[in-house]
Amino acid sequence: MKRTILAALAALAMSGAAEADTIKIGVIGPFSGPFALQGKNFKAGIDAYMALNGSKVGDDDVEVIYRDVPQADPAQSKALAQELVVKEGVQYLAGFYFTPDAMAVTPLLEQGNVPLVVMNAATSAIVTKSPLVVRTSFTLWQTSTPIAKVAKDAGVSKIISVVSDYGPGVDAENAFKKAYEAAGGEIVEAVRIPLATNDFSPIMQRVKDSGAQGVFAFLPSGPTTLGFVKAYNENGLKDAGIKLFAPGDLTQESDLPALGEAALGLQTTFHYAVSHDSPENKTFVEAAGKAIGNPAELSFPAVGAYDGMHVIYKMIEATGGEQDAQKAVDAVKGLSWTSPRGPVSIDPESRHIIQNIYLREVAKTADGSYYNKEIQTFEKQGDPGLAALK
Amino acid sequence: MLPRIIGKQDGHMQTVFSIAVDALAYGMVLFVISIGLSVTMGLMRVVNLAHGAFAMIGGYIASYAARDMGLGYGIALMIAVFGTIVIAIPIERLLYRRIYGAPELTQVLMTIGITFCVIGIANYVFGPTLKTIPLPTGLQGSVDLGFRSIATHRLFAILCGLAVAAALWYAIEKTAFGVKLRAAVDNAAMAAALGVRTEIVYAVSFAVAVGLAALGGVVGAELLPVEPYYALRYMVTFLVVVSVGGAGSIPGTLVACLLLGGIDTAGRYLVPEFGEFFFYLAVIAIVCVFPRGLAGRTR
Repeated sequence: MKRTILAALAALAMSGAAEADTIKIGVIGPFSGPFALQGKNFKAGIDAYMALNGSKVGDDDVEVIYRDVPQADPAQSKALAQELVVKEGVQYLAGFYFTPDAMAVTPLLEQGNVPLVVMNAATSAIVTKSPLVVRTSFTLWQTSTPIAKVAKDAGVSKIISVVSDYGPGVDAENAFKKAYEAAGGEIVEAVRIPLATNDFSPIMQRVKDSGAQGVFAFLPSGPTTLGFVKAYNENGLKDAGIKLFAPGDLTQESDLPALGEAALGLQTTFHYAVSHDSPENKTFVEAAGKAIGNPAELSFPAVGAYDGMHVIYKMIEATGGEQDAQKAVDAVKGLSWTSPRGPVSIDPESRHIIQNIYLREVAKTADGSYYNKEIQTFEKQGDPGLAALK
Repeated sequence: MLPRIIGKQDGHMQTVFSIAVDALAYGMVLFVISIGLSVTMGLMRVVNLAHGAFAMIGGYIASYAARDMGLGYGIALMIAVFGTIVIAIPIERLLYRRIYGAPELTQVLMTIGITFCVIGIANYVFGPTLKTIPLPTGLQGSVDLGFRSIATHRLFAILCGLAVAAALWYAIEKTAFGVKLRAAVDNAAMAAALGVRTEIVYAVSFAVAVGLAALGGVVGAELLPVEPYYALRYMVTFLVVVSVGGAGSIPGTLVACLLLGGIDTAGRYLVPEFGEFFFYLAVIAIVCVFPRGLAGRTR
């Protein structure tokens, strides 16, 4: 009898200690399947942050729990988020590579009393779905707007827009169109192509026939990007002087070794280049490169995750480890810090990240590898997409 | 490029020619990869969903040989074809041999399982990033056709496709091995009773099919880049080609590739907003009229 009571007491003491001391963060992302590389980058960013800043905030231990949603699957994402909140007792939800996955989770936040820190999903509307959403990545409006000015400044006044026919592609098209027309340019044609396109030759022919002086393109990074850039070169568009303008998705660091010579000189705008020259980025790349194993696989979701962890640490600090979602989110409104990508802050109104957008050009290093060289900075860019929503 | 001094009528003709050239190039790349699948499905009666995986293995080997070991393109191509066959032989002996003549569902489950294993291994060994096969200088750049330019490697793919079609047709229709193969396919028991070593015939055909997959994986790599999900990503397209062409028929597959390549390319040029609507509409129409494919044989 005595022994049972002792055991029960011991169990109580242990569970009590665990509750007070460990703060759990649930991270949902694609950790297997065709997008596993992006999930790997989430993990690398998170690991890097915890390696550099410790796994303790005050007296509380921080524990990250990962859940895998291989492809955009809102139902699965919602079920896993629910499980994380109810069964695992996470105080924070984070991650989310795809917009629909993040959208599906927003109705749970208020009831679960958990903030959601979006580390990638890049559609403007997500932050409007719940006051408990904070985003540390970017939106396509944010990265596609400055390139319109670049195009106009380069003396190109007639452009054909070619985007993949899905949410982010449509966002990119709208963002570019708005900024480019405001700058006095003309979109001669806007073409949307299926995501599963393999052969881009006919598209290039269409670009030629449109009589445009330049082409604006957005495709998700991966095989399609490679096909598109190669077709752009091989069909003589580059030689004919038709310029290519795109957000940074077309020249992702993980695709650059494959794109190689074909991408040389391409100009894109984006919020982060692994080559960004700052002491903060040097520390980050070293730590995240170690975490991911092969530094060549490092790309933008890692920095979104790294900064997401920074925001969550600040939230834990502000709430003293107590579960209070609204207080946590309020604490980071207006928060500013120096990220590996440059100076950033959380817009108090939209809870989206304000950051520099860089114009980069693909260049070759002395040892023959390719990188995005930053050549111009557009400072403190908010999300023009939110204004367009209203 | 010709200067744009031509009239509107000529402009239309030029567009038609342009689409035709693109369609031919795309169709031939599809043909080189799909013909091996047509052989396994039509002649060996195995629904081989791992065909894309073998094409991918070929691509990876060629990429490794040419990029990391610095070998020439031709040598890398040979190593890829033979390397893939060497990898496939134990798989054939241990796994495929059990599913010859098995119900289709068993075949599908087994081969899709192999595909996932190959994807996992490729992801683990080579990582998730894209791999390229560097082209020799002779295949880089583009050739001017007068009314437009076309990438040289596409011409190479077209030639490869024609060569493969001719060689296969000759092997199956005109050689003693072809006679044995057709006999073994039509009635394995009777062929065996007449002294045909059906096991060997099957093993050789399987090796040829896998070798063709690898060849297609390498030659088509500029269009369908090599990455771990290659094995699944393009499998639907390959299966569509075979079912439209009629499994086991070389002319059927060739016609299907050119037809589908043409429809896909024209659709993409003229009405890209419709996506693959016309492609699949054509597939449905053809399969309705020819349930066994354009040149399918009745069993």
